[in-house]
Amino acid sequence: MTDTFEPTIIGFTCNWCSYRAADMAGTARIKYAPNVRLIRLMCSGRLDPTFVLKAFASGADGVLVSGCHPGDCHYVEQNYKAMRRFYLIKRLLAQMGIEPGRIKLLWASAAEGAILANEINKFTEEVRALGPLHWNPTQGIEAPAHAQPLVEVTA
Amino acid sequence: MTSNGKPKFAMYWAASCGGCEIAVLNIHEKILDVDANFEVVFWPVAMDAKYKDVEAMEDGSILLTLFNGAIRNDENEHIAKLLRQKSKILVAFGSCANEGCVPALANLSPVKDLMDTVYTTVSTENPENLRPQPTTTVPEGELYIPTMYPIVRTLDQVVDVDYYMPGCPPESHQIAAVIDLVIQVLQGKAQLPPKGTVIGAGGSTVCDECKRKRDVKHIKEFKRIQHVMIDPELCILEQGVICSGSATRSGCGALCPAAGSPCIGCYGPAEGALDFGARLMTAVSSVIDSNKPEEIERILDGIPDPAGMFYRFNMAGSLLRASRPAWDKK
Ligand code: SF4
Ligand code: SF4
Ligand code: FES
Repeated sequence: MTDTFEPTIIGFTCNWCSYRAADMAGTARIKYAPNVRLIRLMCSGRLDPTFVLKAFASGADGVLVSGCHPGDCHYVEQNYKAMRRFYLIKRLLAQMGIEPGRIKLLWASAAEGAILANEINKFTEEVRALGPLHWNPTQGIEAPAHAQPLVEVTA
Repeated sequence: MTSNGKPKFAMYWAASCGGCEIAVLNIHEKILDVDANFEVVFWPVAMDAKYKDVEAMEDGSILLTLFNGAIRNDENEHIAKLLRQKSKILVAFGSCANEGCVPALANLSPVKDLMDTVYTTVSTENPENLRPQPTTTVPEGELYIPTMYPIVRTLDQVVDVDYYMPGCPPESHQIAAVIDLVIQVLQGKAQLPPKGTVIGAGGSTVCDECKRKRDVKHIKEFKRIQHVMIDPELCILEQGVICSGSATRSGCGALCPAAGSPCIGCYGPAEGALDFGARLMTAVSSVIDSNKPEEIERILDGIPDPAGMFYRFNMAGSLLRASRPAWDKK
């Protein structure tokens, strides 16, 4: 079924660059995969690791984080902060069994609509190849048939 | 069972270490107030009572149950449900019941790996490779031992919880204050807080209660506590040793940093933090003094076990709850 699997990807975009790039791709009628649901932040520095964890915990198969190119952040160096968080989150996710390929950091200026569209398409294919994640930690919890009554052993 | 007309009290341990029980006994002579005001009907560490005694009680007949320990197996779950049914006020007591605590670090491994580690590693003599079996037939009949679930859960992931009392273990002065409050409520002198309140703790962070001096944070290298002589006055995180104070709920009076040791987060997530590790990762990545990818990666190498470091107490209570190999059967 992997060939028909449509991954769900949550994309966090910066208001000043990547979100506008996506907008530009739209006005220029550049097509990109509809799998990415874009969420606009004022700056990539607003990316709380909670957002990434919540996206995966709620069923996302991939997460895209994008912001202004290094040096171009409208809030001076918040995108460097985002980058440091990104590297740390990626290490944590690997330990949790979430492949590094499910999360991507992308710098895109407002003029780079075509680049953004292209990268979204590539990432969508990479996540598709990894298959569904469908986070569901309580699956498989089942009380054994003899659970009650319990035989008590007292010292 | 005798009934002396006093409100009934119970305390239980599920997957836990026993430290919460010690903390309760550590309230010293206050424990006499518990005895004066309550009839203790069930408390396995302190008195003899059987599960069937609890099963025979009327629903809602226990006024106050302090439940410590996480839900690791079907016995834990059964008793959690039983005590929920029999108790008016059910308190998730201590870190294990609140957020999984150290037992929930097992959520990083499948049960099979845990068993292999316990029953076959070099320090274990088990030449026949024996494993505990959930059921055994003996001449008298079938014997059961509890079945481990794939992951550890918190109490409120299994039953409805009235109040949350964090800490590993909760500080004795906080326990004494909570007991005082309940007694005052019984005497009509105070009111219970709204359901769902975190009791016996503060509403801010450990950093907020910490007396250490904070400056501008520029970290080029993370070190482990055993490799540093901790300066007695300066913030521990600023010395390159990860301290969880900024993510952790206040309540202990910042005991560990005061003693020269980093806060490891035992009071759980600070008010408003949805995910403990996310809050701490935010703080840690903002002190890293580098904008170069390779250098950032090198600095992060100083944190060899991020999951264990950022979720030491909060794995079961976190957004992801468990690693994929632990729960995914595929
Ligand atoms: S990080 Fe630790 S040492 Fe620094 S102020 Fe917070 S609690 Fe104190
Ligand atoms: S400083 Fe942190 S680890 Fe130490 S008792 Fe307080 S909350 Fe727990
Ligand atoms: S404004 Fe775009 S990343 Fe900061």
